[in-house]
Amino acid sequence: MLRIFIHRLLLGIATVAMVSGIIFAAVEALPGDACTAILQRDASGERLANCRRELGLDRPAATRYAEWAFGAVRGDLGISAHNNKPIASLVGDRLKNTLLLAGCSLALGIPLALFLGVLTGLRRDKFSDLAISTIAIFAMTIPEFVTATVLIFVFSIWLGWVPGIVTASASSSLSAFFPGIVLPVIVLTMVMTAHIMRTVRSSVIDVMSSDYVQMATLKGAPYWQIVFRHALPNALLPAINVIALTVGWLLGGVVVVEKVFNYPGLGHYMIDSISDRDLPVVQAIALIVATAYVGVNLAADLLAMTFNPRLRTLKARSP
Amino acid sequence: MTGDILIDVQNLSIGFTGRSGKLLPVLRNIDLGVRRGETVGIVGESGSGKSTLALAMMGYLKHGLRVISGRSLFDGRDLLTMPSCELQRIRGGKIALIPQNSGQSLSPNLRVGAQLTEALALHGKLALSAFPARVIQLLQQVRLPDPEVIASRYPHELSGGQQQRVAIAMALAGEPEALLLDEPTTGLDVTTQAHILELLSDIAVRSDKAMVYVSHDLGAIARVCSRVVVMYAGEIVLDGDATTVLTNPGHPYARGLLASIPRLGNPSLPIALEGRPPPPGDAGPGCSFVDRCAIAESPCRAERPGLQPLLAGGRVRCRLTERAESIPTKRDGKPASAGGSFGEPLVRLSNLAISYARQSLVDQLLGRKPQGVPTVDRVDIEIRQGEVIGLVGESGSGKSTILKAVAGLVGPASGEIAYDKSGALPATVEQRRPEQLREIQLIFQNPDESLNPRHTIEQILAQPLQLYFGLSGDALRERSIAILERVRLGAHYLDRLPSQLSGGEKQRVAIARAFAAKPRLVLCDEVTSALDVSVQAAVLDLLDQLRRDSSTTYVFVAHDLAVVRALSDRVAVLYQGRLCEIGPTSAVYSRPCHPYTEALISAVLEPDPGARPVLMAEDIMELSPPAKGCPFQRRCHRKVGPICESTTPPQRDAGAGHVIHCHIPIGELTSAQTVSALGNAVRPHVQ
Repeated sequence: MLRIFIHRLLLGIATVAMVSGIIFAAVEALPGDACTAILQRDASGERLANCRRELGLDRPAATRYAEWAFGAVRGDLGISAHNNKPIASLVGDRLKNTLLLAGCSLALGIPLALFLGVLTGLRRDKFSDLAISTIAIFAMTIPEFVTATVLIFVFSIWLGWVPGIVTASASSSLSAFFPGIVLPVIVLTMVMTAHIMRTVRSSVIDVMSSDYVQMATLKGAPYWQIVFRHALPNALLPAINVIALTVGWLLGGVVVVEKVFNYPGLGHYMIDSISDRDLPVVQAIALIVATAYVGVNLAADLLAMTFNPRLRTLKARSP
Repeated sequence: MTGDILIDVQNLSIGFTGRSGKLLPVLRNIDLGVRRGETVGIVGESGSGKSTLALAMMGYLKHGLRVISGRSLFDGRDLLTMPSCELQRIRGGKIALIPQNSGQSLSPNLRVGAQLTEALALHGKLALSAFPARVIQLLQQVRLPDPEVIASRYPHELSGGQQQRVAIAMALAGEPEALLLDEPTTGLDVTTQAHILELLSDIAVRSDKAMVYVSHDLGAIARVCSRVVVMYAGEIVLDGDATTVLTNPGHPYARGLLASIPRLGNPSLPIALEGRPPPPGDAGPGCSFVDRCAIAESPCRAERPGLQPLLAGGRVRCRLTERAESIPTKRDGKPASAGGSFGEPLVRLSNLAISYARQSLVDQLLGRKPQGVPTVDRVDIEIRQGEVIGLVGESGSGKSTILKAVAGLVGPASGEIAYDKSGALPATVEQRRPEQLREIQLIFQNPDESLNPRHTIEQILAQPLQLYFGLSGDALRERSIAILERVRLGAHYLDRLPSQLSGGEKQRVAIARAFAAKPRLVLCDEVTSALDVSVQAAVLDLLDQLRRDSSTTYVFVAHDLAVVRALSDRVAVLYQGRLCEIGPTSAVYSRPCHPYTEALISAVLEPDPGARPVLMAEDIMELSPPAKGCPFQRRCHRKVGPICESTTPPQRDAGAGHVIHCHIPIGELTSAQTVSALGNAVRPHVQ
């Protein structure tokens, strides 16, 4: 078990290292650099060369990559080209906000998704299944900005229950985000719940028609004992990986929702940095998102291993 | 010892709603009573409704099925209308199921001990504190070594035989009055199967439980049951005592079924039962077997015969039962083997070793060879032009691996495969010349997986014809039709999809595809094991005919020893990827010399109520072949001594190309045998 864990961890670190190289190369390949972003129209001739010398951009790419990578390991992500502040603290604030948004959505969405998935799976083809599954398909297919706009219109403009946008700044304390965070959380929950629920539903249906559930029935086990002891521990395993992907998505990519609600999270900041041509920040955010994906998937694999005895047994059982 | 009727199925019909909205019956008017202390076998081919019937005896219907008419009584009460809380007490407590494929019937997330404890808790006949001891006792009762260790294992950590024993222990946990066994040994190796059946027949003899044993395997039924019910197309067609049903049955279907079973003691090909049963809802007004019946008359088509009692006991659903005896149940002895003389050597495997061990990244970088014992090792076989060589052995014996190496799907780790006069064959398909690829064709076990479900039969057959012969247009079509006719299918099959064919027809298409390439060597990998016996006989007959017509060479891999006997000229016995014995089929079967061959052949079940398999080899789980000595040393009943563990066994020559790899001197091997000669004689009746 420990060996597998260390093995996976090393693989994860290798993946992040590779991704960092790709990110660096991609940013490098873009026309312009931090100096052109800082100097903007003045970026030519002597001033540009001076700036590059100052920031060390005239050195070879490999040296700069090494410097950036080692800095990132120590938590130093460089200086923003836009306002000359350390990126670590700028991104840190946004990361904290994104974590708050993701945490609230997950806390609401995962239990809801599991409950609905199990319910619809057990009540396959009955009215409740058809109704919930249909709503889920709608929630999945309607783009977030449409849902968000409709929710703002209904709950904020029409009913006036919650604010339509978040007015707190990036560095304000977490409590400042309530109640503005309510609508974005609802939008995100709708999308993710539908995904997870549909996976759980099909997995529950598979397991409920498996030989071992039939066997448990014929052993005389009561229905709820079959569901909780024999079916669910096996049926929920596939959900772990879907949840992991959802968490990764929530941490890095909810650009649209953050933008619509003016929520100062990572995605929002990423868009702003791109339009400001603040390449060091773009580079840093890309690295953080990649690391989050790898970390979450690693955690999911380990969880799956904990709950699935078949993954735990090593091949080596020879005499 | 039989008592009152415990299980009583009355006029039961069960069906499902078809796509057309019509109710299609899978069981039709079943009447069957099982008494306490009685063991009833239910036989039938796939789709005959035997498993549906067994589950209905527990009041269980699979998703989509519903009762059309009738009742399923247990101890006088109808289980099909019983509220579920009462059903829960009866299931497992009064009547328990031993399922097919226990590997999938045990919950993968619970340890064996926990699952047994659950069964004990559900039917509360014991105090909580007595559970652990009872779990151990149950595991001992099904003869599992180290019950404490087994109880702490997860199901996937056990071998197939051990899983089956755990399932039996679980069924016994509730101390039921009746046991239902649904194909409990299907999918197990012969030696394991013989052990499980011995355990089951012990339970049958010692207790006064009512037992219902469902199987397609008449051999297994013969071993355990005193009474046999034959099902066909959802009906009971014959019901009688085991000896009569298995030797001289009064129904044409049962007689045809018996004739289609290959037997160890008979070197000839089994007789095929042509045609197939009507699909649910498609049986005409008459007898459901009429289209395949050799003695059918026109009244048989008009009216469905009733299940009539027979004077000698039992029941039969046939108008002409007196005349059924004219249908033979044994073969006349048309030998499959082409005789002793064959052409030049076509393939020579010399000192072949194959390893599945994957090189790790580090090993690859350092250029190291993969570690570990190879899956197949030290195999020397010479195959001559026009002969059929059978490879037999249990799962893990490496027989399919050798086929894959000859086909070029896995490369040998060492040794070589010489082909014809061209020398060593290149290791993999990519390196072989088109001519070599054409001449060596492979037929797979399961046509459902080897035929592309989206290609029509025409497209499937066109591939080799276009690829190897560049045919197109009318010539292509003509050749496709000619090939289909050779496998006894007509031109009207060309635009069908595989899903529109029966299992036997699909396998014929797979055979046609192989023969379309005009191969010299055909590799058959368990080609009949997914088929029903009556269909299997037809496929064997076809393979034999094709080989006579075109003097093709076959390498025939099968786990069923009787099937191999029917078709092969020579047979090689493999254990854990090592050769144990090789020789002419008649010599190896009539005089098995290697202890493993002896154990294997003596464990085979024959559909003969008098025969009883002899259990010689321990049924332990082999994890990997030993690095040194004889591969069979750990299970051998004739182990010589430490030499078996340290030294590779020498080749002993028994004459006529019969070679045995064993430390026992040749004189002792051929004379002092535990099992008497099989030949055409009767098998030993050990009582």
